[in-house]
Amino acid sequence: MGAGHGTGGGGISAMYVPGHSPVHRLEPHTKLVAVLAFALVVVLTPVHAGWAPAAYVGFLLLLLGVAALARIRPGRIVRGLVVEVPFVLFAALLPFVSRGPRVEVLGLSLSENGLAAGGSILAKATLSVLAATLLAATTDPRALLRGLDRLRLPSVLVQILTFMIRYADVVGGELARMKVARESRGFRARRVGALKVLGPAAGSLFIRSYERGERVHLAMLSRGYTGRLPTGPVAVVGGRSWAAALSLPLAAGAVLAAGSLLG
Amino acid sequence: MSPPPPSLLVDDLAFAYPDGHQALFGVDLRLEPGERVALLGPNGAGKTTLVMHLNGILRGGRGRVEVAGLPVEDRTLQEVRRRVGIVFQDPDDQLFMPTVGEDVAFGPRNLGLPEPEVARRVADALAAVDMADAHTRPPHHLSFGQRRRVAVATVLSMQPEVLVLDEPSSNLDPAGRRELAEVLEQLPVTLLMVTHDLPYALQLCPRSVVLDGGVVVADGATRELLADRELLAAHRLELPFGFDPRTVG
Repeated sequence: MGAGHGTGGGGISAMYVPGHSPVHRLEPHTKLVAVLAFALVVVLTPVHAGWAPAAYVGFLLLLLGVAALARIRPGRIVRGLVVEVPFVLFAALLPFVSRGPRVEVLGLSLSENGLAAGGSILAKATLSVLAATLLAATTDPRALLRGLDRLRLPSVLVQILTFMIRYADVVGGELARMKVARESRGFRARRVGALKVLGPAAGSLFIRSYERGERVHLAMLSRGYTGRLPTGPVAVVGGRSWAAALSLPLAAGAVLAAGSLLG
Repeated sequence: MSPPPPSLLVDDLAFAYPDGHQALFGVDLRLEPGERVALLGPNGAGKTTLVMHLNGILRGGRGRVEVAGLPVEDRTLQEVRRRVGIVFQDPDDQLFMPTVGEDVAFGPRNLGLPEPEVARRVADALAAVDMADAHTRPPHHLSFGQRRRVAVATVLSMQPEVLVLDEPSSNLDPAGRRELAEVLEQLPVTLLMVTHDLPYALQLCPRSVVLDGGVVVADGATRELLADRELLAAHRLELPFGFDPRTVG
């Protein structure tokens, strides 16, 4: 069978680090709410307050605490920051293009407002992405979907995400086989003319996937599909789990409150 | 007491696709409870079209289909799809849920069964195909043969009256082929097996039906049909090199 075999869900579950820590054991939907609330608190931190940097450090320490509790190595979380690169570029541009009073840094004339805004965008984005990475590292993607379903995300979206997880490897395998077939006949992707070959290949992959979608739909109808993916028994989540999960955004809220009272 | 109705009754079924291509020209087929029947025929004979009618995916042509006495129509569709379990050719099409257990539970949950009953059926179905320990595994971690057997379990869990298999032996290695045959022989259901694999048909199905050009052209004992060289040649059916149905088994 070859391609895409035994890779543990391929790219999609690559973020997940299996474990049994208290963070792993929390119900996924409580963790989702907690991360969302944490990101909200982070975003609410006023950009121009003098104590903002201290608050950012506080938030970061909270996240590191959760990571330590979950036994996730910091290096693992830092890798999640790759998705943030576009924000970094945007934030780095701000000091150059913003108006207002300017300061000289290393011979460059930079906007003070731009520095503050850029720095704060960077800090807020980094903290939110770190929190999301922690969520992904401690929650199996399938559990995450159950969580989304429980939080009443529209069923169609949950189904699309479910199928994405299931078929990422299948489509990836097809892609790999097409690549092998091309290269076996002497194709090399270096020349500009290669686009003429790769374009139609992408098209044919799309058509294959579309046809597979139709066949899967038939298989689903044949087993009584009525528009919803049936879920199994739903665990009862007590106040204690919610309290455990929400302790992160609550602590972040406390940091924010302390900052605005003392600062 | 009257005898039980046939598991499957197809009466004068004709069907043309919306593009005008007519695939079936009046098919008659009757399967008694517990029978194992092979559906043979060349590519384009209408086999898949016929299969799609058995659980009401395709409808609207002439004729009728009944499953254990229940006519296939709009209001009976859910029950018909419970009674007819179709196992499609590519197990990656059949296994669409994240884990094997959830996939086998998909049908029973759609039937609205209570959760303990769902769990029991999942366990039974996986045990029946010798995959009891695969419950929590994602389908892409299984070998092709294992996926094919799990695909059978996904319809067994609905406790069907008729099991329809589309090319069950395709892409299997010889060991996977034998293991699947051992599973299928044990199942207490009516079996309709669409296949090009004539030795497999002989091994599993005492009776065969040959479909060609949208009509049934032969219906009889598999061993006799396979020994009829003219019949096979006329319908693009070929035995593997060196295989003689008269000397097997």
